[in-house]
Amino acid sequence: MEFFKQFAVPHPSFLIYGAMVSIGLAMLAIVVGITYFKKWGYLWREWITTVDHKRIGIMYLLTALLMLFRGGVDAIMMRYQLSMPENTFLDSQHYNEVFTTHGIVMILFMAMPFITFFFNYLIPLQIGARDVAFPRLNALSFWLFFMGMGLFNLSFIIGGSPDAGWTSYFPLANNEFSPTVGTNYYMIAIQIAGIGTLISGINFITTILKMRAPGMSLMKMPMFTWSAFIANVIVVFAFPVLTVLLAMGTMDRLFGTNFFTTDNGGMDMLWANLFWVWGHPEVYILILPAFGLYSEIISTFARRNLYGYKSMVASMVVISVFSFIVWTHHFFTMGQGALTNSIFSITTMAIAIPTGVKIFNWLFTLWKGKIVFTTPMLYSVLFIPLFTLGGVTGVMLAMSAADYQYHNTMFLVAHFHNVIIPGVVYAMIAGLTFYWPKMFGFMLNERIGKWTAWIMSIGFLLSFMPMYITGLDGQARRMSTYSEAAGFSMLNMVSFVGAGIMAISFVLLVYNIYYSIRYASRDIGSDPWDARSLEWATHTPVPEYNFAVIPEVASTQAFWDTKKNGHELFKGKIEKIHMPNNSGWPFIMACFFFVFGFAMVFSIWPVVIVTLIGILVCMAYRSFEKDHGRYISVKEIEETEAKLRGAKK
Amino acid sequence: MKLNIKWALLTMIITISTVLTACEPLLVLDPKGPQAKTQADDIMLSIWLMSAIVIVVLAILVFVLIKYRASKQSDDYEPPHIEGSLLVEAICIGIPVIIVIFLSVISIDSNFKVESTPEGYEDQEPLIVYASSSNWKWHFSYPEENIETVNYLYIPAGRAIEFKLYSYGPITSFWIPQLGGQKYAMADMVTTLHLAADAPGEFMGRNANFSGAGFAKNIFDVTAMTQTEFDEWVTEVHETADPITEDKFEELLEPGHLGRSTYTGTHLEFSPAPEHNHGSTDSEVEESEHENHDPTSAVEEMEHTNH
Repeated sequence: MEFFKQFAVPHPSFLIYGAMVSIGLAMLAIVVGITYFKKWGYLWREWITTVDHKRIGIMYLLTALLMLFRGGVDAIMMRYQLSMPENTFLDSQHYNEVFTTHGIVMILFMAMPFITFFFNYLIPLQIGARDVAFPRLNALSFWLFFMGMGLFNLSFIIGGSPDAGWTSYFPLANNEFSPTVGTNYYMIAIQIAGIGTLISGINFITTILKMRAPGMSLMKMPMFTWSAFIANVIVVFAFPVLTVLLAMGTMDRLFGTNFFTTDNGGMDMLWANLFWVWGHPEVYILILPAFGLYSEIISTFARRNLYGYKSMVASMVVISVFSFIVWTHHFFTMGQGALTNSIFSITTMAIAIPTGVKIFNWLFTLWKGKIVFTTPMLYSVLFIPLFTLGGVTGVMLAMSAADYQYHNTMFLVAHFHNVIIPGVVYAMIAGLTFYWPKMFGFMLNERIGKWTAWIMSIGFLLSFMPMYITGLDGQARRMSTYSEAAGFSMLNMVSFVGAGIMAISFVLLVYNIYYSIRYASRDIGSDPWDARSLEWATHTPVPEYNFAVIPEVASTQAFWDTKKNGHELFKGKIEKIHMPNNSGWPFIMACFFFVFGFAMVFSIWPVVIVTLIGILVCMAYRSFEKDHGRYISVKEIEETEAKLRGAKK
Repeated sequence: MKLNIKWALLTMIITISTVLTACEPLLVLDPKGPQAKTQADDIMLSIWLMSAIVIVVLAILVFVLIKYRASKQSDDYEPPHIEGSLLVEAICIGIPVIIVIFLSVISIDSNFKVESTPEGYEDQEPLIVYASSSNWKWHFSYPEENIETVNYLYIPAGRAIEFKLYSYGPITSFWIPQLGGQKYAMADMVTTLHLAADAPGEFMGRNANFSGAGFAKNIFDVTAMTQTEFDEWVTEVHETADPITEDKFEELLEPGHLGRSTYTGTHLEFSPAPEHNHGSTDSEVEESEHENHDPTSAVEEMEHTNH
């Protein structure tokens, strides 16, 4: 009996039971649906075993959208709980679980896969390659990430969600103060997903360094590829810290080690330090690719080349270095003294300088341009002032003496949402709208798209501006409720209304996809936006080999030069193309990881040992497997090309 | 549509600044002590400076969007290819560098101010108060006065207070917004926070760092009074309150919320702050010593030293 008890949710409520039933029904519906339409074989052949970077990218996208929904529901629940004083909608334990999962889901399971989707889909196309450097490793990355995501979400219905905050500071996260398995899920699910991210970091760096089209020197890469390159370099330096950190945390919780305990030589501050040594660069892993997307979009719709290409690259390099030397600003109040605080205060403020350079470069890209207001451009134009606002409040937070007053308050919450939403989320939606025709062969409706952008921005301002004020009025973050006497009921209500308006904008986004699937024209050619870089030089839909002939590049905007200056992109003739074979092994190995993770969470050691052996067997099998890929014949390529060229008309 | 952005943002900035400066001041911007004053001044200065930056960026953006939108230009206009200009980019780096240097100087100066005895109160000996948190309460020990309180704090106004912070559980953060910014209380070391209240008054104090299920109500009341009133209170406590015992303190440490309570003696006697613990062996020795110790005699001893 004792054994089964641990699987029950420790604080059940009507909401959780309701969610369990609906999740169960949805899963059942999916299984029945796939069986009824006899799609299991299709799913296995075309998606689960695929090593095609475009398909893996789309799977990342679907996961990100699903998690955006989950994190969004968490957000609405929190805002509703706080909209009235002494609200009893969520009790404090539930509220703690909700803000913990909101943070983790939005950062690690929404924003990360969203940018990884862009990495996957765009990097090979932008550098004129046929796939990433290690296609099968890429599939493994996805499936590890996916299983980590699945395991994390399972905590909601089996055993209970983590409740120690997304930062999971020790000793709060240790067994004494977090006795449920929730934090075990945190340690192990993020570990599995994190290994996936680390592997893809290595994969993309190799791809960008080794597989660029002839003529594309580093300083001729499109800006998104540059940002992706730097972000992945940060991944490779930062994620090992997370791996070690989570391993130590797991050992403290499961094996009784004393890394982060408060006696026996343990040190709880060590967790906070290591967490932010990873956590701060992580923020830049998210924002740099977003900057890359804005650079592509702004230059496309200003109909001009990107102003200050070199300083854009230099500023990203400087940001990546600085991102590793500012982590202490997350806990200026830990008591490390005036000197240490002063040093980190200066390094933090210094980051504003390269970021400012980027803002000015975008403004100067618009200068003397011919600005077309499409939906992606609208998001980018809204991004500039809103992100600047978030950036300058960051400089305010960087003043460490004043930070003693901002720290742990809603002011901080307002600040980081103010950089992440206009910075990352707008970029993701703008990028999605921009590349949608490339992926699916039709455009999203512009009218609905623009409405979405405006409504989202109004909702955003209403949600987060009041938080700056309540923070200065003494509202600490993560408070599950407050008394009426505190005096911030009104502003919290405004915030809830704003969150509701943002929710409406996301419903509109989904409606736009539905509407465009039904009514949008399929006759759009391969370059509907009159764009500038290589990814638009191939057909729509993109054939599996991307480019029939590898392009030759002479500038940062090769495709634009082809259109305007008579640059010849495809000089060679069609030859047979070497492509990797599909493989089910990444999926099988990730399944072992999933069961391994689950067994670790509940300390079921026999299963842990068996699955660990399973993982090692998969690795050994791969090491000895002889798979030299396959060739696509010239005839087949010519047929595909003819068909796609015909479809263009 | 471009006008919309401009107006939305301008209204927003105006609203924020009016709210920040208008009739009902926000706690943080209504300082009642020198440390909070330093911080509020920094905050207001940075708000004005940062608003100026936002307005400049916004102005440039609105200008280029209006001037260079496609609908205003002839169809055959081809935007030029501009690589960048060293001078323009030097300005875009130079001005932020100057702003950052300016703010750094202020930031460093304020750092040393808030980390030392409050300005204007250096001549007196500061009052030392040990503030320790447990789930989800605050214990205030006054070693000189030999008094301990739970969930409320009496301090003399016009005198520097030196808080020694630590925790009997998760990391917490001791925060009285109107007297000054917060600092962490942790289980394995003592941190120091310097505060002072300029005049008598009542303030809200709370734990600002998430510490589990009872976090939201982990608050305490602060009352600043004149030195005479404070001395009277101390005498009164010694006449009326019960002594704190090891058992009583263990009971207080149990997770949960409590109202106010007052004791003579301090728990520092039998459960000293972490800085006295150098490794586990020392504390074991101390614990075994105290097992044989009669708690009442400890209070008597303390009272002797007080007289």
